[in-house]
Amino acid sequence: MCASPKPAAFFPAPEPAGIGGAPPPPTEAAASRSAPRLELRPGAGGSVSSPGAPPASGRLSAASPASGRLSAAPPASGRLSAAATLAAPAAAYVSLEGVNKSFGDFQAAREVSFSLPEGTLGALLGPSGSGKTTILRMIAGLETPDGGDIRIGGSRVNDIHPSRRGIGFVFQNYALFRYMNVFDNVAFGLKTQKAPKARIRERVAELLALTSMEGLEKRYPGQLSGGQRQRVAFARALAPSPRLLLLDEPFAAIDAKVRKELRSWLRDMISRLGITSIFVTHDQSEAIEVADLVIITNGGRVEQAGPPVELYRDPATPFVARFVGESTVLSGYGKLSGFGDAPSGALCAVRPEFVHVCPPGEPVQYGHSAEDAVVESVSFRGSSLELVLEVKGFRLASFYSLEHAPLSPGDRVKVLIYRVYAFDGDKARLVNNSLLSSQGNGYNFII
Amino acid sequence: MNRWGRENRALKTVLVAASFAFVALFLVLPLCQVLWKAFEFGVRPFWDSVSDTYTAKALKLSIITTVLAVACNTLFGLCAAWAVTRFSFPGKGFLVTLIDIPFAVSPVIAGLVFIMTFGRLGWAYPFLTEHDIKIVFAVPGLVLATIFVTFPFVAREIIPVLTARGTDEEEAAVLMGAGLFRTFRSVTLPHIRWALLYGVILCTARAMGEFGAVSVVSGHLRGRTNTLPLHIEILFREYHTLQSFSAAAILVATAVLLLVARNIVEGISRKDADCHVR
Repeated sequence: MCASPKPAAFFPAPEPAGIGGAPPPPTEAAASRSAPRLELRPGAGGSVSSPGAPPASGRLSAASPASGRLSAAPPASGRLSAAATLAAPAAAYVSLEGVNKSFGDFQAAREVSFSLPEGTLGALLGPSGSGKTTILRMIAGLETPDGGDIRIGGSRVNDIHPSRRGIGFVFQNYALFRYMNVFDNVAFGLKTQKAPKARIRERVAELLALTSMEGLEKRYPGQLSGGQRQRVAFARALAPSPRLLLLDEPFAAIDAKVRKELRSWLRDMISRLGITSIFVTHDQSEAIEVADLVIITNGGRVEQAGPPVELYRDPATPFVARFVGESTVLSGYGKLSGFGDAPSGALCAVRPEFVHVCPPGEPVQYGHSAEDAVVESVSFRGSSLELVLEVKGFRLASFYSLEHAPLSPGDRVKVLIYRVYAFDGDKARLVNNSLLSSQGNGYNFII
Repeated sequence: MNRWGRENRALKTVLVAASFAFVALFLVLPLCQVLWKAFEFGVRPFWDSVSDTYTAKALKLSIITTVLAVACNTLFGLCAAWAVTRFSFPGKGFLVTLIDIPFAVSPVIAGLVFIMTFGRLGWAYPFLTEHDIKIVFAVPGLVLATIFVTFPFVAREIIPVLTARGTDEEEAAVLMGAGLFRTFRSVTLPHIRWALLYGVILCTARAMGEFGAVSVVSGHLRGRTNTLPLHIEILFREYHTLQSFSAAAILVATAVLLLVARNIVEGISRKDADCHVR
């Protein structure tokens, strides 16, 4: 069933074949290892890849290997480097290669490949039915892939039992044991490892303190609020000291008010612990605000994987361009001035921030490339106005500062369209307005 | 109050009264009749009839048969419910339908099935005689017939509970390294314990009173293969009215006790669900 467990093989030594190696055996050694790993690391920034420095390509590659984890487990660090060079791309702590899965006729995952460096928080983002939960469950071992390799910490885990993969899993509805109180819920994973009683008590107390759940040990899940349940689920998943934390739609069951608060709590908690984590979400703002790396899935495929800013700024496919951020899709955008090179009937996506509305009464820059537009509607969006404009038969959205002269529906204005995401089959690329770029427009695209 | 409300109230009164009248006339009255007949001449004659050798043996046999059948069906019910709700396999819908067969088939047919299988004309007969195993017209036959008739009770009670609950708690337990037995004992069982007990109670009540299937396979050997319901019938046919009603009173008392137990379990399980589910 699985490779023979070796003592303390948290980072398994490479086997001659380059695969295999044992996951952490659920022994007391695992429990005792946990002490250094729960230490809150003040300098957690090192373990979280900075979103400001995205890798060049869409595929994730060696970003910033976390060093904090290695120092917490000194005897194993030497072995990791050996394993990493032999078994997996450098610093890819979790990696999937060509993973397929179908349920009957429904293909939930097609050739899924991505990798995640150690200590980072990844988000699997996609619409419902896009295969993201299936991917997460395959990593956990709750589903068996039809093909492809799943690696954790450099070793292939496909054939390793879920409980031996060293994974903490937070289920969508938390799946707390309803007939056990909070203490027993958190202690469950330690009890199955046959940890000594004193050790269990100590560890549970530690985790309840971490999740600010002290004093609620005797409560049953039915007596807790949604946010408290999530924290218990989190504590329970962390109790056996997993090397990878997986969360399935962790905020879906929580009302919108508490969600934002929990989001930053979880983000903070994960980066303090420095544990490599992956969560599933269908909410793009959740993924973009919380994750270091976002893997966008659609129809069982990985559309693009990268830091949030990169996905926003440089979507690789039409799907990503539409799914991340706001955008309007135009057909035959070649008739817009400055985009005459586009093939007839070509599609593109335009974000509101690509469209500049020249306030009436102010001098129009680049007059030769400005388009005439009619304001169709004006709606107040808190800090700015959102305009819907009609430009050469297209309807475009744009933001408009409250500081400028007011506009109302029916007004005629000049607009500049700086750039669009041009679709070319299943690819998307950024196309700048040729009339602006030839003169050096002075507007650098900064987000 | 509008017209509809008034009419509904009248309708309600009529329906409730009709229900009570029906239950009283066809269920409560006959049962009271049984008890009244049993104690018509006082407690002493009742006790004498009940402590008659053959009646005592019939009661003992009924209890043995019931215990064995309920034990088997509890085990089977747990396995079937687990299989049906936790795995997907071809023929799952068919299996669920099969579980219900005893509800649809007449108990007499069930008895005949065993006669045709293990009796003199049955295909298993040569093998059984060769190994000197008696099934039909012996205790094993009674147990088998009772198992057949009470087959669905436990599984039927557990399947809806397990279906409604989903599998994620078990998945969580397995991910945390719990084995099958531990997962069942500490995660699944607490959820289904009341449904299980409820099913066991219904199963017991049905097994105690089973007549049709048992009658076919019993052979009516007094003191050997006569269960209490069969014994009651024999006594009644032989005009031992007092003895037959006294024995019947035992069955009625058992049924009432089981009903009370059932209601208690139902109450507890509802309270339990209030505390733990959502």
